[in-house]
Amino acid sequence: MPPIRLSGNVYGTLLNHRSALRALGDQVNKPPYGGAPKAPVLYIKPRNTLAQSGDAVNLPASVGELEIGAQIGIIIGKTTCRVTVDHALGSVAGYLIVNDVSIPHPDYFRPAIRYKALDGFCPIGEAVANRESIDPDALEIVTFVDGLRVQSSNTKDSVRSAAQLIQDVSDFMTLAPGDVLTLGAAAPAPRVRAGQTVRIEVDGLGNLSNRFVAAA
Amino acid sequence: MRRARVAYSGAIHDAEHCRQGETDALRLEDGRLVREHEVVWLPPLEAGTVVALGLNYADHAKELAFSAQAEPLVFLKGPGTLLGHRGETRRPADVGFMHYECELAVVIGRAARNVSRSDAMQYVAGYTIANDYAIRDYLENWYRPNLRVKNRDGATVLGPWLVDAADVNDPHNLDLRTYVNGNLVQHGNTRQMIFDIGFLIEYLSSFMTLVSGDVILTGTPHGVVNVMPGDEVICEIDGLGRLSNTIVADAAFGR
Repeated sequence: MPPIRLSGNVYGTLLNHRSALRALGDQVNKPPYGGAPKAPVLYIKPRNTLAQSGDAVNLPASVGELEIGAQIGIIIGKTTCRVTVDHALGSVAGYLIVNDVSIPHPDYFRPAIRYKALDGFCPIGEAVANRESIDPDALEIVTFVDGLRVQSSNTKDSVRSAAQLIQDVSDFMTLAPGDVLTLGAAAPAPRVRAGQTVRIEVDGLGNLSNRFVAAA
Repeated sequence: MRRARVAYSGAIHDAEHCRQGETDALRLEDGRLVREHEVVWLPPLEAGTVVALGLNYADHAKELAFSAQAEPLVFLKGPGTLLGHRGETRRPADVGFMHYECELAVVIGRAARNVSRSDAMQYVAGYTIANDYAIRDYLENWYRPNLRVKNRDGATVLGPWLVDAADVNDPHNLDLRTYVNGNLVQHGNTRQMIFDIGFLIEYLSSFMTLVSGDVILTGTPHGVVNVMPGDEVICEIDGLGRLSNTIVADAAFGR
């Protein structure tokens, strides 16, 4: 099988893990939201955010802690437009671990570019080709900070399954080969400070490890 | 210099604007001269990160019932939403309000990190026109406006030309006009921006490195109206040209 080439486009999905929606509680129905999201809530991690395992992630001087958004990235394998749930996983080239790093922000009303699009704020793991043994809706994601287990979640608790998400997104935006679409992080998000190392492990997808350092 | 990217005679080409007698024409990089109706227009550059501004003109913010903000409302776009001059954009049958947004698009020319407002204009390679469509029916209050509203296939029209910064005397004094089927429906001037280009480059580069080919869509003035299949929408900016687009119905896409 040829190696998977990434396009560099990473589309994140907000509130797609049931725990994330649950963490908001009744706030979901209050202003400014006025109800749980109907369509997938997406955001873009632009190219300046991309980093690899082993790269250091810089904390801005003004920020004490960052949030870790450990999640699965679905790697698209072919041009995907208006695919149905039944066929959606046929569009998948593989999977990888994504750490969607954010500056903690008070709400989800406006796009969080200033909190999510900093240089190096999207470390991604090795691309692993799709195979029968990988069920994207049954992946256990375990996060360690300095070797201590701080979070574990499972993609079986997704609001939209991988196939459902691909269907709903590809209805209005065509996904291209090498694009990454994430399944969303669980809540509460672990937080890290400068000097700490985050390692995210997923069976079959290896691990993603990054040290967080104070910006020079 | 005005540059374009076009498809012609079986391949994609870089092209420059030139005059052929009394009419505008394109000179392809291989020397061929072609008329502007003979090519398929693509967005004038292969854009990198596309940053867009919401509510950056006071009168438009008022039109949408928002008070002025302390910091810019910024969102990002992916490559699939970009469309060239003379393209077609789909209006889903089940929506009540789809509107154009004529915007000055700023193209970054070199890496910008922690750039001050006073130095910022040195990082601009050029300008083009954007028509940043939105479908209001799909607005929800989560990372608003979200990608279903603002990152739809073919709903961010860019072009026709990338005009060198050196050829634009004052980017903060350009009239923007939108015509629907020939009727003037939107008219503003870039001097009405709440956050000007220098501020936006300073703001963005304070947390993210901008690089050559990144694009900033600087927002739209007052005057957005609903458009319907069959409508021809032309966005015009002084010195940058006229960007044409046609609204089509679901049927054109086999829906």
